[in-house]
Amino acid sequence: MKRLSDVASLREGYDLAIIGAGPAGMAAAATAGGRGLSVLLLDENPGLGGQVHRGVEASPLAAVPALANVPGAGRALAQAAARAEVEFLPGATVWHLDAARRIGVSAGGAARMVVARRVIIATGALERPMPIPGWTLPGVMSVGAAQTLLKAQGLVPEGRVVMAGSGPLLWLYAAQLVAAGHPPALLLDTTPRANWRAALPHLWDFLRSPYAAKGAGLLARVRRGVRVVSGVASLAIRAAPGGLEVAWPGGTARADRVLLHQGVVPQTNLAQAAGCELAWDKAQACFVPRTDGWGETNLPGIAIAGDTAGIAGAEAAEASGHVAALAALHALGALDGAARDAAAAPHQAARARWRRGRAFLDALYLPAPGFRVAPDEAIACRCEEVTGAALREAVRLGATGPNQAKAFLRCGMGPCQGRMCMLTVVETIVAARGVAPGTIKPLRIRPPVKPVTLAEIAAMDSTEAERAAVEGR
Amino acid sequence: MTRAFDIAVVGGGIVGLAVARGLAGRGLGVAILDEGDVARRASRGNFALVWVQSKGLGMARYGAWTTGSAALWPGFAAALRAETGQDVSLAQPGGYSLCLSEEELDRRRAAMMRMHNQPGWEPIPWEVQDHDRIARAMPGLGRDVVGGVFCPLDGHVNSLRLFRALHASALARGATYLPDHPVRDIAPLPGGGFRITTAQGEIEAGRIVLAAGLGNAALAPMVGLTAPVRPQRGQVLVTERTAPFLPHPVATLRQTDEGSVMIGDSKEENPVDEAVGPGVLAAMARRAARMFPVLGGLNIVRSWGALRVMSRDGFPVYDESETAPGAFLVTCHSGVTLAAAHSEVLAPMIAGGGLEDSVAAFSARRFDVPSAA
Amino acid sequence: MFRRLHEGATPLPFTFEGEAVEGREGDSVAAALLALGHDATRETGVSGAPRGPYCMMGVCFDCLVMIDGVGNRQACLVPLRAGMEVRRQRGRRKAGA
Repeated sequence: MKRLSDVASLREGYDLAIIGAGPAGMAAAATAGGRGLSVLLLDENPGLGGQVHRGVEASPLAAVPALANVPGAGRALAQAAARAEVEFLPGATVWHLDAARRIGVSAGGAARMVVARRVIIATGALERPMPIPGWTLPGVMSVGAAQTLLKAQGLVPEGRVVMAGSGPLLWLYAAQLVAAGHPPALLLDTTPRANWRAALPHLWDFLRSPYAAKGAGLLARVRRGVRVVSGVASLAIRAAPGGLEVAWPGGTARADRVLLHQGVVPQTNLAQAAGCELAWDKAQACFVPRTDGWGETNLPGIAIAGDTAGIAGAEAAEASGHVAALAALHALGALDGAARDAAAAPHQAARARWRRGRAFLDALYLPAPGFRVAPDEAIACRCEEVTGAALREAVRLGATGPNQAKAFLRCGMGPCQGRMCMLTVVETIVAARGVAPGTIKPLRIRPPVKPVTLAEIAAMDSTEAERAAVEGR
Repeated sequence: MTRAFDIAVVGGGIVGLAVARGLAGRGLGVAILDEGDVARRASRGNFALVWVQSKGLGMARYGAWTTGSAALWPGFAAALRAETGQDVSLAQPGGYSLCLSEEELDRRRAAMMRMHNQPGWEPIPWEVQDHDRIARAMPGLGRDVVGGVFCPLDGHVNSLRLFRALHASALARGATYLPDHPVRDIAPLPGGGFRITTAQGEIEAGRIVLAAGLGNAALAPMVGLTAPVRPQRGQVLVTERTAPFLPHPVATLRQTDEGSVMIGDSKEENPVDEAVGPGVLAAMARRAARMFPVLGGLNIVRSWGALRVMSRDGFPVYDESETAPGAFLVTCHSGVTLAAAHSEVLAPMIAGGGLEDSVAAFSARRFDVPSAA
Repeated sequence: MFRRLHEGATPLPFTFEGEAVEGREGDSVAAALLALGHDATRETGVSGAPRGPYCMMGVCFDCLVMIDGVGNRQACLVPLRAGMEVRRQRGRRKAGA
């Protein structure tokens, strides 16, 4: 792997560009490298790993015996990617992608446009928003954020830590805090009890999947060391003298820090900006790009691998990264069909194995509607400070979806470009209208999908016609 | 059961809503038939200028109509605020066209002169100012700006709040807003009135106003009218919210009351869609940074492309059907500037006896006559 | 407050709101501020409400700070460097800063 330090060292064009260096992106790089093609790997973070294997290359936890196994999970994959014959630009923000596979890259305050014959989007997942009153207060963070601090800097929260929400990551991080000797004071489990009924039909598949073994001990370890309140149906956080107060039906607790989590959803902004089609996934209650078994989207030459194409977890993401890279190698003429199929088979089998247990987790941990819809007083759009009440007022005025609501209220117009609010806005609108989320289109996303300076945009090339469109007056 | 209304307005953008609000204010039972959440909405892509200085070269009447609407705007904004509580942040501090070369400035000056020498022109105040004069009013002006045209009548609003206020005002005045009701067919009824087939069933209305932007091209022939409109793409860049630093709007660049700077001065003919392209955005960004170098360091948080609704000569089309009495057409590309006139002047005409002589110049019949120019 | 499980990394001096403080090699600016006990790192440009890092992965834009005179930087994405001058982002950014 050749590590680049700035956009000036990028070539003008690549055979394959992989956007995101998490499990899917690292796997794709490992598979695509060394076949005589030019391959570029881009990531916003300073190193390989993505969010799930954050800090894998230089983990501060290696020196912490109780957690020394945490970075272990992604190490082999990161080493395989690091050995691969690819170029890697870390610290790079990808802010533009279009159907012509032009990629706008910015690093260190300078921008470049590169073109790729094939693109694999591996932008991963982000945590599902949890729009409860008070979730914007300082001291309230996502569990994923706290875990990033653990993995990248070896930091653990001190004082009275209250964790609240649902999903595997909540329990995993709680277990890591227990192992580190800093258990949270309280865990408020919002998993709806009624979900068990929907999950049970998938239990057998789950028990046969590798997830079962992974997860079983986790819950037990946390329950041994942490006070857990189950069946929490609503939550609110408010500032209290010297800290925070968390309230739920039947109790309140003082907290120095509150950590929220209710699962993860695909991070689709770049795919959307490029023009990839999305569809509502009822089981995961989120928009998911349409892809085929090879990760191909509706746009020729643009594929999606990993959780961006639907949440399936790190191991399945790794498998799908290999599969997407093999498809790209075939399309680029570096691999014939038979070789592609043979090489892909074990990865496809692995992906199926990991996906098998997923339906159970999806059903069990689907957050209750009350946690997906913003209550009147809760902020739905953090950037523009738009509340649930404002969204319902916009519906009364005639807004039928997130795009019209954006025009009325600015929700989704801030720098996060709807990443933190789009699902909440959609679910709040459909709940107010009494329609199904699948009847609504997602927020239209356009580049730049992350902020870049005007000067960086000004540095891009224009054709004569494009210049004339602006100056020809 | 077919729902019946006194009058149906097809189109829920700023043009349709302004007309519908005016009609509802005259006591008519109004239905606003709109498309859904995803549609070609020029109203969500406009630049929000209330702009006078460049309007009317080729049609003197358009200049006066525009100036009249700008003059109505303060009262219009106050009425919207009283009715809806929404402050549309109207500011009319005067605005600039900035030129980055002597040649551009000469062209601009010549166009202004030609406009003002037209027969029937109602004079507006304007002047060419040099770099130093403009720099005193607009701190941070780039050295590349050689001069520009200032017109004290120019201004801008918060167009998204205008969009919302028009919705709220029309509803408060009793109009019925029907989203997800794209119109498929319009049939004049033998005894007068219209049967309108939408994606959600049929609606009857005594009269009908077509205000569907580019959609008018297909709808107008159904009621014996023509709407020669074409799409012209414009692209816009928007910065992060910034503390106020641009006291006047520029034709291609303005700071909103919320702090964002909007940059947009592209015109692309024959667009295939509303997409944005990095090449056009880059060309816009370069010009903006030359006008105000401090913009270079600001973050761009959004961009968009939208389709202007352009008639053949660029001027509005207001028409009334001869073969299907009670059918009207309203289309223009300056829906924000003209919102006050549409709501307070045009709508009352439609609600009353029909279009009056004062807007006769805007009939599409003008396109039937071979142009002398 | 966040506590370091391991104190081995090299200290990096920087300033926050003009006060001399210390982070560690490998910190992002946001991580360093959280380790110093600063949960509220900006005031929003909409209402002035205090906010702090929420997602730590570049998504939420609630960790915006001013670094070396440049406003609205994402503290969670910027690696800490010795000598940085970091300030809270107070409201809307000023053009030129």
